[in-house]
Amino acid sequence: MGPYVLRRLLIALPSLLGISVVLFTVLALAPGDPFEELATNPNVPAEVKQMLRQKFGLDDPVWQRYFRWLSAMLQGDWGFSFISRVDVDQLILQRVPVTLAVIGASQVLALLVALPVGIYSAVRPYSVFDRIASSLAFIGFSLPTFFTGLLLILLFSITLDWLPFVYRADIPGSGWPWWWAHIKQAIMPVTVLGLFQGASWMRYVRSAVLDVIRLDYVTTARSKGLAERAVIVHHVVRNALIPVVTLVALQMPAVFGGAIVTEQIFRIPGIGSLLIDAILRNDTPVIMAVTFVLSCLVILFNLIADLLYGWLDPRISYR
Amino acid sequence: MAGSTPASATAEARAPRAPSATSPWREAWRRFRRHKMALASLFVLAFMVAAVVVGPLVWRLAINDIDFTARLTTPSLAHPMGTDDLGQDILARMLYGGRISIAVGLAAMTMAIFVGVLIGAIAGMSRGWVDSALMWVTDLFLSLPQLPLLLLVIYLFRDTLKAAFGTEVGVFILIVLVIGGLRWMPVARLVRAQFFSLREKEFVEAARALGASVPRQVVRHILPNALGPVIVAGTIDVAAAIIAESTLSFLGLGFPPDIPTWGRILFDSKDYLDIAPHWALFPGMAIFLTVLTINFVGDGLRDALDPRRVM
Repeated sequence: MGPYVLRRLLIALPSLLGISVVLFTVLALAPGDPFEELATNPNVPAEVKQMLRQKFGLDDPVWQRYFRWLSAMLQGDWGFSFISRVDVDQLILQRVPVTLAVIGASQVLALLVALPVGIYSAVRPYSVFDRIASSLAFIGFSLPTFFTGLLLILLFSITLDWLPFVYRADIPGSGWPWWWAHIKQAIMPVTVLGLFQGASWMRYVRSAVLDVIRLDYVTTARSKGLAERAVIVHHVVRNALIPVVTLVALQMPAVFGGAIVTEQIFRIPGIGSLLIDAILRNDTPVIMAVTFVLSCLVILFNLIADLLYGWLDPRISYR
Repeated sequence: MAGSTPASATAEARAPRAPSATSPWREAWRRFRRHKMALASLFVLAFMVAAVVVGPLVWRLAINDIDFTARLTTPSLAHPMGTDDLGQDILARMLYGGRISIAVGLAAMTMAIFVGVLIGAIAGMSRGWVDSALMWVTDLFLSLPQLPLLLLVIYLFRDTLKAAFGTEVGVFILIVLVIGGLRWMPVARLVRAQFFSLREKEFVEAARALGASVPRQVVRHILPNALGPVIVAGTIDVAAAIIAESTLSFLGLGFPPDIPTWGRILFDSKDYLDIAPHWALFPGMAIFLTVLTINFVGDGLRDALDPRRVM
């Protein structure tokens, strides 16, 4: 397993570099200059402008600026937020745990829905259960998260008044009431994200299990007298999960996209809503840093998926 | 592969038939019709597109007619979908916004397909480092977090394009370019995979032996045979682009308030959810119905055009 992990890490590195190149290119191509204000201000003499440009290296060749930017990014030196007046890394560190908690909980919910439903549907294809589940899955991933979020707010917060629709990070109190308040406010965002992901995963699981369940070795397992449950759990599901893990990894960027929308709807103080706020207030350092962090998180989850892949499929581990 | 489970519900009903002289498109239509939901969706979708195209000619209320005496009214005969906080008619805004949402979807899909087919074809025809480099770029784009990048690009380039092309066209071009530019990767991979198998087929070899140039081999012989999965992917891409545009507008970062796309109407309505839920429900349902029907049509097209999966 060791060399495999190392190799995967070495593969993740170039893609991280690639993403940083894309980000930097976008930034460098963008019109506008951080010193635009100085340029139009008649009180600043031309020599001072020139000195400032030189000091910040704005006239250096592009590749030099790229490496300076990259090393600053990697050292966590992400600059200073124009609006909040604190270092960007502090701001992001405050926000990341909330985002990861919401995403994590929703992925667990998605798996809890998708795995059993998908497997059961594939074991009895075209049965009533399968038809209903497949139709619901189709509806589920056609419903955009922002609309489901609004529908849930309309139903559970406004009509029934059961759940709060504004997420508060600073709930007073302690012990059980405190936990309950946190869980209550997390129910809707986690449901929105989880059901959306669960719907598309259910389709992946179903078609993957359908592909495997027709193979000869499954017939063999059945004919040697194994219980149906053992055949499904040990022979079918484990092999069916291999393509599912790939598809789930490919969905990671979409998961983070959905998290941004959900955080915005429920006003969850995560990095997604930080990004939107920063964009609405032209806070460039925060925008760049959040995009960079989200890219790193996507790569990290792809890496985890790759490792899972190696664990599920021993054939590729040591190749 | 002694399987008893068909890969698709529609495959089962297919009896072996004597080869007839029907064209592949008629054959595809015949298979498509068998997918009941896809057929129904096609009609619903056609109705919605027709409503959006013809509707503004019939329903002649202006989209920006402010009337404070009719603020936030519930649906009535005068305003079948009610009015918003400025007393503007929601039906008129929905019809207008639908045009933009669907146009964005189609334009972004065209761009994604164009780039995807181009890159996939180049990678599929060339071996060695060109193929590896292009696939590395494709994989890189696949692992980019799309929504943040979309937001970043729009934030950085919005003002320049607005200044260059005017607000409406500028934002339209930007959104189409960005959404299209971030959705070509699945198409490129599909096309490449198809090209890999097709370029070794006998009929391509025959064309090569007859002296067909590489572009002619691609355009006349390989590409038409690789088109089925591309059309399916393109259909799904329209839905994805509509969702992406609505998401941007819903976050308040897409089209400006005077261009009421469905996502934008939803964004404007979300603060009045408690007193005027109808305002949010109509655009939300419109987005949902469009996406759902497009997805179903895509599903039907997969059965119709991707015979591999049906068998």
